[in-house]
Amino acid sequence: MTSVPLDKVSPLGKMRLSHTTVFWIGFCAVMALLIAAPLVLPEFWRRFLTEILIWGLLAMSSDLLIGYTGMISFGHSAFFGLGMYGAAGALIAFGPPNLWLAMLFGLAGAAGAALFVAFFSTRLRDIYFAITTLIFSQIFYVIIFTWTPVTGGENGLIFSRPHLWIPLLYDARFTSTTMHWFVLAVVTGSYLVLRRVTQSPFGMVLQSIRENEARTRAIGYAVERYKMVSVMLSGLFAGLAGVLYAIQNQFAAPDFVYFLTSGDTVIFNVMGGIGTLVGPIVGAGFFQLMRDLLSRMLGDQFPYLIPLGVIFIVMIIFLPQGILGFARRWLNK
Amino acid sequence: MDAVSHFIHALPLDLLIIQTVNGIVAGMILALVASGLTLIFGIMDVVNFAHGELFMLGAYIGVIIVAATGSFWLALIGAALIVALIGAALQIATLRPLIGRDPLNTILATFGVSLVLQNLVLWWFGPTARRIPEPLGASFTLFYLQYPWYRILIAALSAVIIGSFWLFLKYGKFGIWIRATAQDRVMAQAMGIPVPLVYTGVFAIGAAMAAASGVLFAPLVGVSHTMGLDWVLKAFIVVVVGGMGNLGGSIAAAIFISLLESYATIWVDPSQAVIVSFVVLILTLLFRPTGLFVATPK
Repeated sequence: MTSVPLDKVSPLGKMRLSHTTVFWIGFCAVMALLIAAPLVLPEFWRRFLTEILIWGLLAMSSDLLIGYTGMISFGHSAFFGLGMYGAAGALIAFGPPNLWLAMLFGLAGAAGAALFVAFFSTRLRDIYFAITTLIFSQIFYVIIFTWTPVTGGENGLIFSRPHLWIPLLYDARFTSTTMHWFVLAVVTGSYLVLRRVTQSPFGMVLQSIRENEARTRAIGYAVERYKMVSVMLSGLFAGLAGVLYAIQNQFAAPDFVYFLTSGDTVIFNVMGGIGTLVGPIVGAGFFQLMRDLLSRMLGDQFPYLIPLGVIFIVMIIFLPQGILGFARRWLNK
Repeated sequence: MDAVSHFIHALPLDLLIIQTVNGIVAGMILALVASGLTLIFGIMDVVNFAHGELFMLGAYIGVIIVAATGSFWLALIGAALIVALIGAALQIATLRPLIGRDPLNTILATFGVSLVLQNLVLWWFGPTARRIPEPLGASFTLFYLQYPWYRILIAALSAVIIGSFWLFLKYGKFGIWIRATAQDRVMAQAMGIPVPLVYTGVFAIGAAMAAASGVLFAPLVGVSHTMGLDWVLKAFIVVVVGGMGNLGGSIAAAIFISLLESYATIWVDPSQAVIVSFVVLILTLLFRPTGLFVATPK
């Protein structure tokens, strides 16, 4: 009797689906759910979901550094904040407020910050990188906090929301539903781009830097240049999240540039699972849901970060791979 | 040349001297905070994000003890001891399980600890700032200022604590264990040194130093739950500029940076003077990435 490979025994026979098919079916299912969600959810949860997507984009951008290049950035608040203030600047300075101009300015702001941070901090590794990114984000915080005539200082900036304007096709005020779809489109697009990047030869070099930097250098890759590009790319997507947040909430505040925002970003990553790209979004969702749940159960006054911080520490010790860690290999295939 | 001499003559000499004294006082406290941080890093490879919170916790425990007993000195010693115990407990609960993992995990764990501690204190004590009265009311005349003796005393006490800690490292039995572990962990273990105990002890000592500086500094500013954040950032800068894990370098860097910052406040707002230390950090990273006060590695 000839041996039959195990998968041929399955009753489905040739129906067995390839990894790619399963991945895209799953992707479409999640997308369908997220597209349909604002139609069924009440207003509060609709906004809640939109914010999770925005925080998820911020966390996903830093996953490119943490999960793929192996550098923990504690400075993503700078990119997020510069994106936010860049968008705010465009929305205030040019009337009528224009969506795409806001995005352009926000991305330019974040790119400037990212260039600055990338140039100085990629010379350093591990802990030194984490500390210097943290301190760089504080530089931007101090500038934004004290430059009151331009940034509004402690009070931040308030502005009106632009129209959702697609040239020649569509022009209307944002409703919470179209806002959700717009954010979803941007986040999905970013996910697909980042997924493509991490699977490209460039992404492979980043992962090899994570695994063994010295060896990557020995093979002949200009490690510093790769790191710089990855910091800049990550900063751009973080800036995009900042633009979305500014448009969603119609204000920019220095609190978002403070390093605690970067800390939240790292927490989302660890909770959801680093190196998976979707994990950080799940982590952001988990964090925000827990936060909402806790403040409902224990009252608004209770600092929700006590139980969440404990959960975070416990997860680092016992579940360092995060919620989606088990699927890491599969998601990156 | 004319412009330079004009600038020098325009310098307010009295202000410069006052700011030098201020800078040295702030620098000594910063050195006390940073030496605990650099000790923990040098020996355990742990970047203690929660160090600022231990500083803050020390100040709060000081507030409680002063309120209960009225004695500042009792508060100083009590806070140091209690925070040392808390530090040891934290190390055993959160850092010991992480030994042997990527050191980046410890940053994350201590960041979590700092969030929890900060919010616990916020929850227990509320957002209003507390005060500890100065234990020493006397002051002397420095130009047009009545300069409190207490500030000079802080600097002296910090120097004493750092000095005795250095002697302890040099001659104490446990101090020798610490240095041996820092040099070669595996060899130290082979020689029978209880390395896990050394780790816990080092963390406790670092925590006690942070708490002592918290109590010493509390009379100068209010005690609030966010007071640790500024300090931990400054201490990080000091530790990087001074060379990670290098005690002498940290102390020199602490005084250097504090002096620069207090000179900067002659011309700009204190909240902007922080930028000076950021610039020092950037220049250090560019030209001497291993630290300003370390011999260039060959």
